[in-house]
Amino acid sequence: MSNRGTSVRGAGFARKRAALTAGISIAALLLTGCVQSQREEDTGAEGDSAIDSTFVFAASSDPKSLDPAFASDGESFRVSRQIFEGLVGVEPGTADPAPLLAESWETAEDGLSTVFQLKEGVTFHDGTPFNAEAVCFNFDRWYNWTGIQQAESTSYYYGSLFRGFADSPENAIYESCEANGDNEVTINLAKPFAGFIPALSLPAFGMQSPTALEEYSADEIGGTAEAPSLSEYALGHPVGTGPFKFDSWDVGQQLELSIYDEYWGDKGQITKTIFRIIDNPQARRQALEAGDIDGYDLVAPADTQSLKDAGYNITARDPFTILYLGMNQAIPELEDPKVREAIAHAIDKEALVAQTLPEGTKVATQFIPDVVDGYNEDVTTYDFDPERAKELLAEAGYPDGFEVTFNYPTNVSRPYMPTPEEVFTNLQAQLADVGITVEPAPAAWSPDYLNQIQATPDHGLHLLGWTGDYNDTDNFIGVFFGQEKQEFGFDNPELFAALDEARGMSDRDEQTEKYKEINEQIAEFNPAIPLAHPAPSLAFAPRVTSYPASPVNDEVFTDIELSE
Amino acid sequence: MLRVIGKRLALLIPTLFGLSILLFLWVRNLPGGPATALLGEKATPEAIARINELYGFDRPLITQYLTYMGKLFQGDFGVSINTGRPVLEEFATRFPATIELTVIALIFAVGVGVPLGYLAARHNGRFIDHSSVVLSLIGITVPVFFLAFILKYLFAIQWSLLPPDGRQDPRMDATHYTQFYVLDGLLTGEYDAAWDAFLHLILPGLALGTIPLAIIVRITRASVLEVQNADYVRTARAKGLKESTIRGSFILRNAMLPVVTTIGLQLGLLISGAVLTETVFAFNGIGRFLRDAIFGLDYPVLQGFIIFIAVLYALINLIVDLSYSVIDPRVRVQ
Repeated sequence: MSNRGTSVRGAGFARKRAALTAGISIAALLLTGCVQSQREEDTGAEGDSAIDSTFVFAASSDPKSLDPAFASDGESFRVSRQIFEGLVGVEPGTADPAPLLAESWETAEDGLSTVFQLKEGVTFHDGTPFNAEAVCFNFDRWYNWTGIQQAESTSYYYGSLFRGFADSPENAIYESCEANGDNEVTINLAKPFAGFIPALSLPAFGMQSPTALEEYSADEIGGTAEAPSLSEYALGHPVGTGPFKFDSWDVGQQLELSIYDEYWGDKGQITKTIFRIIDNPQARRQALEAGDIDGYDLVAPADTQSLKDAGYNITARDPFTILYLGMNQAIPELEDPKVREAIAHAIDKEALVAQTLPEGTKVATQFIPDVVDGYNEDVTTYDFDPERAKELLAEAGYPDGFEVTFNYPTNVSRPYMPTPEEVFTNLQAQLADVGITVEPAPAAWSPDYLNQIQATPDHGLHLLGWTGDYNDTDNFIGVFFGQEKQEFGFDNPELFAALDEARGMSDRDEQTEKYKEINEQIAEFNPAIPLAHPAPSLAFAPRVTSYPASPVNDEVFTDIELSE
Repeated sequence: MLRVIGKRLALLIPTLFGLSILLFLWVRNLPGGPATALLGEKATPEAIARINELYGFDRPLITQYLTYMGKLFQGDFGVSINTGRPVLEEFATRFPATIELTVIALIFAVGVGVPLGYLAARHNGRFIDHSSVVLSLIGITVPVFFLAFILKYLFAIQWSLLPPDGRQDPRMDATHYTQFYVLDGLLTGEYDAAWDAFLHLILPGLALGTIPLAIIVRITRASVLEVQNADYVRTARAKGLKESTIRGSFILRNAMLPVVTTIGLQLGLLISGAVLTETVFAFNGIGRFLRDAIFGLDYPVLQGFIIFIAVLYALINLIVDLSYSVIDPRVRVQ
């Protein structure tokens, strides 16, 4: 398909450009004049459907890898969700697991083996059939990784969720895979793992073509330990069963996908998808306004209203995020539970959300959004009560308050923290009202801020947060409070053990109850203050009438609806 | 002449050697480690330790340095931490973009700067002279990124006359061989692609070329003023030479020496100015890549980049020196 000049709007824009050319060079004008008229004829010849089937989305960076098994970043996953499908997907608009390449599954009572019924008649983009053998090939590939392939920077999700590889089977959760005929497969686990099914909805566990993995040496990731490099597969030969197949990747510029004609599902309106790489948020907005792109993610809260007014479509994701105020207990004042409680009472979360966070943001009472298992409706909360805060401070021996460092990142926009500077200013004023003077300690997000908070004890109050990967409680609170970390500077073996136990439970209902208890335990211990569940927004050109916004970013472009 | 060039190139080796040690120590002493930059919020202390081990950041500096130099001599600049691709390959794909941009900026700066400076000097004290002084002052004082934002806002967003960012319309199905997009379009006969790539160069080219333009105007003006009052010009006039000969062969040619030096120096500045311009215009050249490397503490890229720029500077200087002898035969390269 030639996409040159298929855009109606593109042609209009080109005419404006052509107008400028008159001033620059007459000869060149003549030249483009010819080409331009050809373009317009092309547009006419497109025929019956007036819809421009090329969809251009601005990505904030290149994908780190086209092999989702060796990726953990959002931009890699955004692309791989178009190319690959897992056994399990998610229910549209939610974070709950739903059948995808597996039509159904059944888990044994001990939680150790699950039988999956596979969808029939599915092929990978290279013609390889998708069957039980292909499923086992993928599971065994992950399990048998060695050396550098096991590093967190490469196989983060497999490593952290399945905990061990063939060379260290004592920790491993995965045990084996058996093909029971073409369309049925059994996965055996060595230990119960209640989050097994939801975890499979992660793009990292998408099914890849065994033929292509072998042909393009997907597991050869760099010769030496000092310099791991991407495999030939991850650089330009990803092959999945998804609706789009990979076309080209011009690093730093754009990545192109086109519709897979043999796709088993609904192909939708889009035949070509282009991910344009624009790292500056301001530039993404301008590209949308100039008509260069059809949409982008993580709209700055300050931009949403003006974009709406200008006729752009703004879609908010259901929040699957948490923003919190961390309190480092290595600081003597913050080690005192009374002081932590006082700080919690000093904060007016409603005001903070209204003044600094995007529309759709919910106030947080605990460290998981309400759609996640184990959400506790009755959790202990510390309501906004400055008088109580002052009393507590006096009881703790600080009648006149105290001074503490407040670390926050600058020049960064995260889904859970679009404008950290504004959140800081707001909290600073609130804390000052009860007598706590904060000493601002701004730092650049990467590498300074993260390093300072996570790898050194040198910080006081700080802002940080999280976007959930899939519907799993451990993926939130286990990450924050599952072990001793320099971020919070406390050692609470009881809490660590409870989280470890909950994680290994095979019964989902029991596990949910356990997580409710743990959420209460965390609220009482009060290691950090959950502030809000910010809702990230996306902005689209007026022709994009519907976009399948998902709390866990599981957005497949076949579901996009275009009007022109 | 060849011997001179050879000698100059040989001198480059100890210079680069010293530079490599300095920058190696500097880069390794930057605050913060690359591990957190690489792993993000998900980093656990164990993961950070493992990354440091993996990349060798925990080994003694001297070992790291020797390993680095050893590979460098084999043409291996290492693998970018951010992208997982060889540093040299990353440069090779992005450098053409920056060259395209620099050439446009230079054409603009020299093409407008030299005639304007010359005219200003010729009409010394008159309106055109005053306005050129004011213009060049504005050009020097306005920061590149600010100018870039203004140009982009007005011409791309407000009036939709020119594309706002990137190197080519994302919907354009262009073929690329050399990575010089304009050239590629011309070679393959995809003239609309070439034209589109050229349009994408105009705004960043203007933004990038403004400071050099302002400087070239001032230098040209000063130089022409000085030369046109020189004794030999007066003598030539007294002898009754044609005015056009005097202006062309006597004044302009002699006045060009300092201008050529300035243009050479500006070339280096253009490359560093590209960092800001490419960022504003989401232009995929080495400037934007360098910025990513700085923020991501991508050591292999930072080291490779600085050595690369050092060689480039040295070569530019050599070319400037050589061009003196062409313009003014009295100056012989020594």
